[in-house]
Amino acid sequence: MASGNRTPFKNPVVEWVDSRLPLFTLMNKEYGVFPTPKNFNYFWNFGAIAMFMLVTMIVTGIVLAMNYAAHTAHAFDSVERIMRDVNFGWLIRYIHMNGASFFFIAVYIHIFRGMYYGSYKQPRELLWMLGVLIFLLMMATAFMGYVLPWGQMSYWGATVITNLFSAFPVVGESIVQLLWGGFSVDNPTLNRFFALHYLLPFVIVGVVFLHVWALHVTGSNNPLGIDVKGPQDTLPFHPYYTMKDTFGLVVFIAIYALFIFFMPNQLGHPDNYTPANPLVTPPHIVPEWYFLPYYAMLRAITFDIGIPFTDIVFIPAKLGGVLTMFGSILLWFVLPWLDTHPVRSARFRPQFRIALWVLVAAFILLGVVGGKPPEGIWVILGQIGTLYYFAFFLVILPLLSRKEKALPLPPSIHEAVLQQKKSVGVQA
Amino acid sequence: MSSDSSSGDKPDQTKREFLYLTAGAMGAVATGAVVWPMVDTMNPAADTLAMATTEVDVSKLEPGHSVTVMWRGKPVFIKHRTAEEIAEAKAVNVADLRDKQTDEERVQKPEWLVVVGVCTHLGCVPLGQKETDAKGEFDGWFCPCHGSHYDSSARIRKGPAPKNLAVPPYKFTNDTTILIG
Ligand code: HEM
Ligand code: FES
Repeated sequence: MASGNRTPFKNPVVEWVDSRLPLFTLMNKEYGVFPTPKNFNYFWNFGAIAMFMLVTMIVTGIVLAMNYAAHTAHAFDSVERIMRDVNFGWLIRYIHMNGASFFFIAVYIHIFRGMYYGSYKQPRELLWMLGVLIFLLMMATAFMGYVLPWGQMSYWGATVITNLFSAFPVVGESIVQLLWGGFSVDNPTLNRFFALHYLLPFVIVGVVFLHVWALHVTGSNNPLGIDVKGPQDTLPFHPYYTMKDTFGLVVFIAIYALFIFFMPNQLGHPDNYTPANPLVTPPHIVPEWYFLPYYAMLRAITFDIGIPFTDIVFIPAKLGGVLTMFGSILLWFVLPWLDTHPVRSARFRPQFRIALWVLVAAFILLGVVGGKPPEGIWVILGQIGTLYYFAFFLVILPLLSRKEKALPLPPSIHEAVLQQKKSVGVQA
Repeated sequence: MSSDSSSGDKPDQTKREFLYLTAGAMGAVATGAVVWPMVDTMNPAADTLAMATTEVDVSKLEPGHSVTVMWRGKPVFIKHRTAEEIAEAKAVNVADLRDKQTDEERVQKPEWLVVVGVCTHLGCVPLGQKETDAKGEFDGWFCPCHGSHYDSSARIRKGPAPKNLAVPPYKFTNDTTILIG
């Protein structure tokens, strides 16, 4: 961050600060003149959008925390008080509540973008892995946040998810007691979840900083997935991408606002407006929509894994489900080594492209299955979806890495852009 | 490694390694000593551990009916089983069970089944306590969360749960009073 050759600023105050701490030089280098591929499409908006959502969640969260009481006897009522009595409490809570959903929408699209255009490949592996870490932290944060209003879904969601850890042999039960601070989800659990829900978003900020730092070392990928070869391939970040990002953000916020003001509870579950009751499980427990695919994978493992026709079981169904669920995301960490095909962008990999779209379909199918009761056809569909999900990463990708013949790559970004101007064809 | 390192450095080198190792070991012990109390604060506290007991009068419970009581923040199912239900539970071939237990091992008096009403899969409260509830395919309890079926001895028969519903410590203080815990 040392600024060897700093150009002086005209404004004397700015110059006084910058010569002592080159903040302005840094900002200008990383966000002003930063050379950015000139062929971005709108998929490249979602990083900035996710950043906006993170800030939104932190700001609204801190305001909520000022009126929230993390005690089993008061939590539900304090949230209702925020909704009814606190000035603009309803607005802040609906922004926060729907904000979690929209944060996940932005991040899911952002991750898909990375997969489609091969942004996880060399030299951006670490950048990608930091992203996966952010996603895991987000999941933990959102899960614990959902427990705070202490409704029926809060309570039973917390019960089911913390019990996942009891699947691990030997230490499982002790881990669960450590998580609960007791023998069931109770006041100690609510207290620590609030403490962690407050903390983790700031940890996310830290990892986002590393994520962006790594991005600014390698530079951005682009829809063609080929390297930047020189200045003719790039544009300065400002004003070109500050404008494009702002435009996309405004459209995103408009849709987000539509939910906040006109259907604030559409993405939630009515059972969570019933206070938590440890004696009655709601007939149909479902997590928030953004967790449904993983929940479906958890439930897809209905069988023990062992030697057939004997009593020997290596992995009981419960542990199998838990490993499948955690594994489904941990796989993303090693994605750069599962897909070693030299071509990044799916545009030039017709087989990979199809396989990836089928993965998206399987993921959506799993999302639907996760919201249904675990019976009949839904069990089978969940198993098919899970099977494809794992086959994609563990079989199809390594296979395509060796076998797939890519389409010819354009010589450079700049030539491809000029080429596209002439042809009227539409490209993915 | 500088070029002038000669055999004369050897004793020094081992001394240094020894110092590194001991310093490292002390550091690890110190870190552990600081971290463990903090982690341990998250374990159940003394008041939580002070194991509460629950006393239940079951004299009014007709055969075929059950009650749910709270013990240590968890529901406990007490079922007054009918002769049929007992017979059904006894008739099961134990070798076929996932969690092999005879009915006798699970009850003190055959008419009274006392179990913790927490599904051994992921902790939901199974249905089956009310007459109108679904009781699953084995005439006991059914967990709606992920579809575990328990029989009339509350043993796991079908679905993802690995174990039978747990039998809590309890005793009969007289013919119709049960003390749990
Ligand atoms: C990564 C960012 C965050 C995410 C994904 C997130 C997610 C959530 C979710 C899903 C809820 C449940 C909303 C509901 O159904 O009522 C919630 C509640 C809450 N969050 Fe956050 N949150 C984040 C950051 C924060 C921060 C930084 C604070 C600051 C202390 C905070 C404070 C609260 C409070 C007090 C509640 C309970 C009130 C309520 O339920 O509306 N959150 N959060
Ligand atoms: S918690 Fe009962 S089946 Fe999963």
